[in-house]
Amino acid sequence: MKKRNWYLTVGGFLTLTMVAYILVGVFWTPYNPSAINGADRYAPPSFLHPFGCDHLGRDIFSRTLEGASSTLTIAVAVLAVGFIFGLIIGALCGYYGGSADALIMRLCDTVTAFPSILLALVVIAIIGRGKYNIIAALGVLFIPSFSRLVRGEFLKQRDRDYVKSAKLMGVSNLRIIFIHILPNTWPVLLSGLTIGFNNAVLSEASMSYLGIGVSPSEPSLGYMLSDAQSVLFNAPWYTAFPALVVILLILGVGLIGEGIRSQMGVAS
Amino acid sequence: MPKHMKRALLLLVAFAMLPTLLYGCTEGAETSSGDPTTAQSGELPKNGNSVTVGIANDLDSLDPHTATSAGTTEVLFNLFEGLVKASPNGEIIPAVASDYTVSDDALTYTFTLREGVTFHNGAPVTMEDVLYSLERCRGSENDGTPLVTVFGNISNLKAEGNQLILTLNQPSLEFIYSMTAAIIPAGSGQTITSNPVGTGPFQFVSYAPQDNMVMKKYDGYWNQEKAAHLDQVTFRIFTDANALVLSLQGGTLDLAIHQSSSTASTLENNFTIHQDTMKLVQALYINNAVKPFDDLRVRQAMYYAINVPEIIDFVSDGSGRATGTSMYPAREKYFVEELATAYQQDIDKAKELLADAGYPNGFEMTITVPSNYTPHVRTSEIIAQQLQEVGITAKVELVEWGSWVKDIYRGRDFEGTVCAIAAEDMTAQEMLERYVTDHRKNFISFSNQEYDQVVNTALTTLDEKEQVAQYKRAQEILNEQAASLWIQDLCDLVVMSRNLDGFTFYSTYVLDMSTIYYK
Amino acid sequence: MAKSVLKRALLLVVTLLLITVLAFIAFQIIPGDPTDSILGLEANEAQITSLRAQLGLDLPPWQRYWSWLSAFVTGDFGHSYSYSMPVTELLASRVGVTFTLATMAFVLIVVISIPLGILSARYEGGIVDRAATTLTQLSMSIPNFILGIGLYYVFSLLLRWFRPEYVPPSQGLGAHLWYMIVPALAAALPKSAMATKLLRGSILGEMGQDYIRTAYSKGNSKSSALWHHVLRNAMIPVVTFLAMALADIAAASIVVERVFGLPGLGQMLITSINNRDYPVVQAIVVLVAVIVVSCNFLADLLYRAMDPRIEGR
Repeated sequence: MKKRNWYLTVGGFLTLTMVAYILVGVFWTPYNPSAINGADRYAPPSFLHPFGCDHLGRDIFSRTLEGASSTLTIAVAVLAVGFIFGLIIGALCGYYGGSADALIMRLCDTVTAFPSILLALVVIAIIGRGKYNIIAALGVLFIPSFSRLVRGEFLKQRDRDYVKSAKLMGVSNLRIIFIHILPNTWPVLLSGLTIGFNNAVLSEASMSYLGIGVSPSEPSLGYMLSDAQSVLFNAPWYTAFPALVVILLILGVGLIGEGIRSQMGVAS
Repeated sequence: MPKHMKRALLLLVAFAMLPTLLYGCTEGAETSSGDPTTAQSGELPKNGNSVTVGIANDLDSLDPHTATSAGTTEVLFNLFEGLVKASPNGEIIPAVASDYTVSDDALTYTFTLREGVTFHNGAPVTMEDVLYSLERCRGSENDGTPLVTVFGNISNLKAEGNQLILTLNQPSLEFIYSMTAAIIPAGSGQTITSNPVGTGPFQFVSYAPQDNMVMKKYDGYWNQEKAAHLDQVTFRIFTDANALVLSLQGGTLDLAIHQSSSTASTLENNFTIHQDTMKLVQALYINNAVKPFDDLRVRQAMYYAINVPEIIDFVSDGSGRATGTSMYPAREKYFVEELATAYQQDIDKAKELLADAGYPNGFEMTITVPSNYTPHVRTSEIIAQQLQEVGITAKVELVEWGSWVKDIYRGRDFEGTVCAIAAEDMTAQEMLERYVTDHRKNFISFSNQEYDQVVNTALTTLDEKEQVAQYKRAQEILNEQAASLWIQDLCDLVVMSRNLDGFTFYSTYVLDMSTIYYK
Repeated sequence: MAKSVLKRALLLVVTLLLITVLAFIAFQIIPGDPTDSILGLEANEAQITSLRAQLGLDLPPWQRYWSWLSAFVTGDFGHSYSYSMPVTELLASRVGVTFTLATMAFVLIVVISIPLGILSARYEGGIVDRAATTLTQLSMSIPNFILGIGLYYVFSLLLRWFRPEYVPPSQGLGAHLWYMIVPALAAALPKSAMATKLLRGSILGEMGQDYIRTAYSKGNSKSSALWHHVLRNAMIPVVTFLAMALADIAAASIVVERVFGLPGLGQMLITSINNRDYPVVQAIVVLVAVIVVSCNFLADLLYRAMDPRIEGR
């Protein structure tokens, strides 16, 4: 019991700290995160600028405060898109099975094997440029894995006795799916969600690195990391601190997931 | 001989494909800026040995007649020559032709074939090869569409003994610049992309896409005085600019061009740094056809709101050159120095102009930038901050290159975009003709009657002085009208191993490896 | 069993076909035209029209897809638009780089995760376990390009154990493989972390099963129970995961290739998408899909072979 709490405690503590960090960023930053300042170009970390300054003399601490909330918003929204569609598709496929299930699963295979950058470009081409295109693009990429996860759980559950008896009692299929089965799959879905969060943050960063990311007007941590690459040797702190924030953010949620898993006795 | 127009290879942000992260220059670095400079030490050049050059964009073709990107042109210069070729300062010098004359009406060009020029395969260059190469540029091997657009102006090509006589439809003083089109062996058009054969100081060895291109010294080069010093040159292709920088750090590259100040400053210990400008015009290009930018006062207000020197400080470490119009300083003949400083930041004046135009509280706009070109992204971030001071809220939006070409450049569906327009020669036409009202390339939809007239006069006159005067006037109009917010010619750095010497700057897109040698 | 394998194989072909259709449709949707990168921005209408006709881009979409497909089934991948050479020639060396990367990463994952997973399960809650769990969580939290650049910086620039620049096989196979270790490590670390976690959880789950308790009660030691009974069953999900990880690395090596300047498939894919070089993109999509789909297929077969309970489904 003791070690289980260790994951939850550390993860919970980290996550709360990060949430507090982000909340602070919403209301207050020590400097205007996008104010440029010639005098502070490449300023190393100091008392005035705890995380240093970047190539335009912007305060990195302020930028990470702002960027972390962009990142969190994106990650949560991506998860929501992926999870909601994945849940519906996976639940229906797993519960009903049949040829529709087979077809949809092939489609999921297809999307998984398809280059994500091309898929992201297609989604952006369809829905147009705009503030949240990256979210929609990434969200689509997350649908197959969630579908598969949910489907697997529903496959396991649908032949259980409680489902059979519910059917005998004439409970509607939709009700069985969402009221009877869903709560039983929750532990697995929850740990799936924490891994999904991890992947969402990381893929936002990778997409920014590959040039399909958020607008520099509202930089995310991923955008900052890719922006920082070109001044890696001049201002290593520009890479280091946003990376640290990303790592702590993911680590906290990851540890909570680990805690939940061991608490519930779920093996991945 | 007047020099104007060469093959108008205007490589508008083909640069997006060009390397680098932040073009800028390092103070205190060894510099050799200004016009064609050869960094020479006192010693005599040594022959032999080999170097590895890092280039940050792949070669788009090995066919000199169809290659379009600036980065490719730079490399292919070493393999191929035309009847004439560019000298470091942008003048035209004879190459495969030993001499040429132009008739007074600028309609007939006569070239004399040089004796003793051989191709890399050993075969002597004959008039048949010359005719074949030029006809190929005119479109003889496809459906007749000229590979080199200006060649559409040729009405007749004929050989008389060792003389080539070329007649034009329209008189042009500038046509000589197109005659740098490469001479290749007759009939080699089909194999040129796999086995490029030319007459240059280096000959082709091998090419692996996205990986490397190798060339070696051509011993039979006709001009032994200008023969290559190095035995072999390997161009290593990096699709990621950061990977190139890491390789420089690791010491596996001897030379890299188009580097940034941030890169250069970390390399000063092991490399010599040469400084130049990119020969292009970076600007916040404004769509003159949409509200509120169709109002002169709004455009001027924006120009007064931004601080060009500050942008140059940030993006080019102070070593870019302000332009103020669609011309860069390296073209001394046409460049109007005063225009570069015509708009000084003046917040009050900007606010006043905005209020006059009916936007006392400013407005919101979007600056759309191709995501793969860092200096432009940075510039737009800075401009957005500067515009904020007069109440204009500019949002920077990144788009993928393909979308930028389709929507912004061709589709003209934008408010503002930061990019750079370049040309590879010393002429004014391509930098200025594009802003004539109905011009195909007028992506900012600028429209001004006087401008159209001035450019038309410049294009048709046979008086060179008059031509220069008219081109200068055209630039003034662009500046007065604030057709766009012209910013700078970006700084360009060459990073070269301390063991090497002899780097030669050209005023066009050339990376001449033949002058480089080991100290 | 044979019948179900056959059915799976058939589905595999269907998936591949779907992918090629999807890739084709994708190219109809995204803006941009291959002529932009070939002719440059300033090409005039005549040049563009002429080139489009030459490339066959003026034909209706279905006709283009059909001609691509019918050539493809005969093994003809077509010509690259932007490199004017056959796609097969263009990709030949790249497949090798990506394959080497994926294989080495795979070996590294196995070498790292299996001992670590077993150790941390065997001494659950001990120092090794804690350290392993923390490290795995940590390596899963680092953005992959940061991890890559970090590894490059430490091993190639600071320690100088590796050449700082890509060594092609032509400079000696040994040197090539030696260089590939760091990129492979960058690709392998996050996957190793997941595999370790999975194996640990899986072993612990099996240890709790009745038959193991029985083995204990018969006087077997914990270690002997682990080696003799648990591992075989515990490896089932791990093997599945490993097969999928191999597919994943082959498909998602783009970032690693970019950081280390490897001339692999991923780099080519990005460039070709930017150039709208459809034949190359389609060929890479198919190649990667074949790897991914057949790895999944393999994982499925292994799963069935190792776990008789699944036979019936």
